[in-house]
Amino acid sequence: MTARMSEYVNKKKDMMFIPFITAGDPNKEATIELALMLESAGANALELGIPYSDPLADGPVIQKASKRALEHGMTLRQAMRLVKEMRDNGLKIPVIIFTYANLLLQLGTDTFFQEAKENEIDGLLVPDLPYEESRALAKTCDEQAISLISLVAPTTSDRRLQAICSEAQGFVYCVSSLGVTGVRKTFHPDVFPFLERVRKVCDLPIAVGFGISSREQVVELEHHADGFIVGSAIVSQIGQRADQLADPKSRHSALNEIKQVLCKSLLIKSIV
Amino acid sequence: MIRQPQLEDKFRIDEKCRYGKFGGRYVPETLMHALLELEQGFKDAINDPSFLHEYHQILHDYSGRPTPVTHCERLSTKIGGAQIYLKREDLNHTGAHKINNAVGQALLARRMGKKRIIAETGAGQHGVASATVAAYFGMPCKVFMGAVDVERQALNVFRMKLLGAEVVPVHSGNGTLKDAVNEVLRYWAANVEDTAYIDGSVVGPHPYPMIVRDFQRIIGDEAREQMIQKVGKLPDAAFACVGGGSNAMGLFTAFLKDPVQLFGAEAGGKGTDTDEHAATLTKGSVGIVHGMKTYLLQDQNGQIIEPYSISAGLDYPGIGPEHAYLADSGRAIYEAITDDEAVDALIELSELEGILPALESAHGLALAMKKTKTMNPNQTVLVCLSGRGDKDVQTILHVMEDRNGGIAQ
Repeated sequence: MTARMSEYVNKKKDMMFIPFITAGDPNKEATIELALMLESAGANALELGIPYSDPLADGPVIQKASKRALEHGMTLRQAMRLVKEMRDNGLKIPVIIFTYANLLLQLGTDTFFQEAKENEIDGLLVPDLPYEESRALAKTCDEQAISLISLVAPTTSDRRLQAICSEAQGFVYCVSSLGVTGVRKTFHPDVFPFLERVRKVCDLPIAVGFGISSREQVVELEHHADGFIVGSAIVSQIGQRADQLADPKSRHSALNEIKQVLCKSLLIKSIV
Repeated sequence: MIRQPQLEDKFRIDEKCRYGKFGGRYVPETLMHALLELEQGFKDAINDPSFLHEYHQILHDYSGRPTPVTHCERLSTKIGGAQIYLKREDLNHTGAHKINNAVGQALLARRMGKKRIIAETGAGQHGVASATVAAYFGMPCKVFMGAVDVERQALNVFRMKLLGAEVVPVHSGNGTLKDAVNEVLRYWAANVEDTAYIDGSVVGPHPYPMIVRDFQRIIGDEAREQMIQKVGKLPDAAFACVGGGSNAMGLFTAFLKDPVQLFGAEAGGKGTDTDEHAATLTKGSVGIVHGMKTYLLQDQNGQIIEPYSISAGLDYPGIGPEHAYLADSGRAIYEAITDDEAVDALIELSELEGILPALESAHGLALAMKKTKTMNPNQTVLVCLSGRGDKDVQTILHVMEDRNGGIAQ
């Protein structure tokens, strides 16, 4: 684990806010500014999504973001280098690279870990690499002090949960509902017993993702989890303002608007 | 005649669910439970003689199996090489081999207590087969189909609706087969508890490539016996077309341990020296798509490239992981056949034998016609004629008009 991951995630006592954005959506400069804005809005860590042509775990909002980012040729390597630029501009929170397995396979894991070190990256999440397929990668991540974030779902059996959580790194990502990423109004009632099951076998912080968009949902989670991940709700705000964010002249007002929407809807840190 | 069950003891797959380095289960955790449950359900089913009996009984009574093997005397004479025999999967109910697998998986779904079935389709053949078995078993069925394919294959869309299925147009990505596969997996993840996903080819995460192969191997098992009865010996070579590769795996599996050369024909489109083809093994590289590690068409960064073929059933950017393994090991040889070569073979078979093959199957036939030229008349080759060509007449008409137009100008 990096010192950043330890400080901002592992030792955190308050409810953690972990936003997701897609690298290069709508362009590189906007991605850097969005990361900084999210930190100032109270983010404890950033999930940086790498756009992919076939994003199996994602709903329509993030699919569209991927498409926007791919139009400018965003790649895994370029996205990792963006993190360095975020750091040069003052970003302190840990950054987790969210990438589909094929992009990682084509870049090569050696290159990935080298770039991760050079660009001050803290974590890796590969949504289509379940426990069985990620043993070797987990070992290397451990050696390289990069946290490989594991996903668990309500359909994960107790036995699997035990196996996954005993080797998990950083925090455990609990998928709140079946299906793909995307905004949902309410939680499935089964989510709370599920979170209790995870808590029983897990020493790491647990964060809940998929479908979170409102203050009410965050309040509901407070006694059951240590953090929440927000993806589509932020990415759809970005999508609505893609043109303004792409243009340096209107970028700052768009960033402010998104920040206000998020602070209002999610009960995160008040506007600075 | 009901054939003896021949499905058991055929797991040529290691404990990591791989064929060599290919295969695996590259899916979100939300799907793992369903895949593990399916694997167990399948193993239980094929070890249950009553399940196998019902599978064979339905294929016999409902689909007309066993399908015959036809000797193409006029075609063989014209080529002047080996004797060509066709395994007539085109004579199945719904007109293609897809029904073998759809019956097997629907039976499995019912046995596992699933209430609804979902499927993906490209050209519509597997969609029609799925809609057919859904009607037969009285289960609601949703078929995911790329929005572009819905436009291109209006007739099959109507057939599926007529059979009572709901056709869901997929607008994500490029609106083609690869996007339909993504979408059906996404939908399945959200509805996994009561829904069975019927995968149409030997692709996707384990255990699908194994399940589809074992429900299609009836093609090869029957053909092997029929060739011995008819010709008195095994064929010297066996040919099939390969998109995902289900009819080819179904044929090859029976001959893997025999001294029979195996040939797969992939779609060369407008030529493998152009960007418009679906020649995954000839031009692709190892990657991960749709839950499996295999050869696929991708750019240097790992983004999947949209394939092209005149034949919608071969228009797929990946290939079944077991084919990737057979190709790497050299046990089977895969070559690309262009649109033009396939159309020529289709016309030849129609004119000389009165059999109109599907454009997909015409790829396998075209490769066989190339290879038999250098063989002698005492030798025999077996070609899997995976489907009939009625669905393709419009496409062929356009090609012939273009060709004639070219000459006229």
